[in-house]
Amino acid sequence: MIHCVLHDPQDSVAVVVVEGVKAGTRLTGLILDEDRTITLPCVQDIPLGHKVALKDMAAGDTVIKYGTDIGRVVQPIRKGEHAHVHNIKTKRW
Amino acid sequence: MQTTFLGYRRENGRVGVRNHVIILPVDDLSNAACEAVAHNIKGTLAIPHPYGRLQFGADLDLHFRTLIGTGANPNVAAVIVIGIEEQWTKKVVDGIAATGKPVTGFGIELHGDHDTIMRASKAAREYLQWASEGHRVECALAELWVSCKCGESDTTSGCGSNPTVGDAFDKLYAAGCTLVFGETTELTGGEQIVAARCRDERVRADFMRMFDRYQEVINRHKTSDLSDSQPTKGNIAGGLTTIEEKALGNIQKIGRKCVVDGVLDKAEAPTGPGLWFMDSSSAAAEMVTLCAAAGYVVHFFPTGQGNVIGNPILPVIKICANPRTVRTMSEHVDVDTSGLLQREITMSEAGDKLLDMMFRTANGRLTAAEALGHREFVLTRLYESA
Repeated sequence: MIHCVLHDPQDSVAVVVVEGVKAGTRLTGLILDEDRTITLPCVQDIPLGHKVALKDMAAGDTVIKYGTDIGRVVQPIRKGEHAHVHNIKTKRW
Repeated sequence: MQTTFLGYRRENGRVGVRNHVIILPVDDLSNAACEAVAHNIKGTLAIPHPYGRLQFGADLDLHFRTLIGTGANPNVAAVIVIGIEEQWTKKVVDGIAATGKPVTGFGIELHGDHDTIMRASKAAREYLQWASEGHRVECALAELWVSCKCGESDTTSGCGSNPTVGDAFDKLYAAGCTLVFGETTELTGGEQIVAARCRDERVRADFMRMFDRYQEVINRHKTSDLSDSQPTKGNIAGGLTTIEEKALGNIQKIGRKCVVDGVLDKAEAPTGPGLWFMDSSSAAAEMVTLCAAAGYVVHFFPTGQGNVIGNPILPVIKICANPRTVRTMSEHVDVDTSGLLQREITMSEAGDKLLDMMFRTANGRLTAAEALGHREFVLTRLYESA
């Protein structure tokens, strides 16, 4: 089963695409642009559609998805944690 | 891929995929009469809306362009126009009549609702019976105009349903179809990617002018930031975090090969085939209404969390890759591409699945939104009335 997908191998987050992902699950991630899989840890419960961090990130770091800047880290994020509005914010507006 | 579909050829040569007789109010005051006519003459369709009084300048121009474009759309066979007074009614009638299709207008003043409804009902009956004898003819795929706009997006939109539209758009672009995308502010963070896809410097400059103008509107009116609206609460519940992430998912709809050939003002008809960018709101019903008014006859609507939108005259095909939405809101989903996220189907197969549904829809199959009676018709306003 594929638990999460990412677009570009350089992405720092992946999207969980199944329901019921729990802390402690070893995740299989599909890199869409390369059609190959990776594995990664999951340290928090993450809902369907929400993102899991693929690396440790510090406040001020840029978050990469689609190989592109999607915002900045506002609270430190560890690999395998839930990455969303509580720790990432837009650089626009 | 098929190369033809069965459509209705109109007087001006354009091809529609529906055969509606619509009862179109010029203004809010005329909704009651229009709905009474549609009640009298079964099979006609009233399109009520809340505007059309004391508008002026560019906002009034857009109002007329949207109403005339709706009546002129080739999915419409004939039109009854009703307005409170004669002059603006005539302006809408004359605009629609330029297509050569049957259209008659009625002003309510000096007559009242009863007399207007009676006379308009007689005309509507004649139009409906005439239209019912129209028949579909084989038309070239290149004659199909297809619009797109996504809604209630989530992260599955960007990796599933939107790139499905992108794959289909790449194939339709190569076939010579006329395509459009828009949602100006929902390109924020991906605007340079769109700019790089523009045909030449002139188109790029036009696109960036429209993009920058909309950013100024946002900056002028925003309070703290726009995070309460963009991404929407539904987007955030679905996992989208920032406008940049939403925008990068959004632009998956224009595929990987399409070139942006030109830009359009709101409800403006394109002048040739290719992919057009329409400067527009990102609110679903507003954008789809503008696409219909620009002359598009089939719409692709990818959704993640489950937007239920339809349009009175434009069939809206819903595409969804979120397995939970497909399960819980199946009556709204025309094309399920959730298999993409488990690598059960390829992107090209997903695009072909959408194109198959596009041909079936063009040939007459009712979309989920049509079957469920979703007829959202929402006029875009530019500023206050006088």
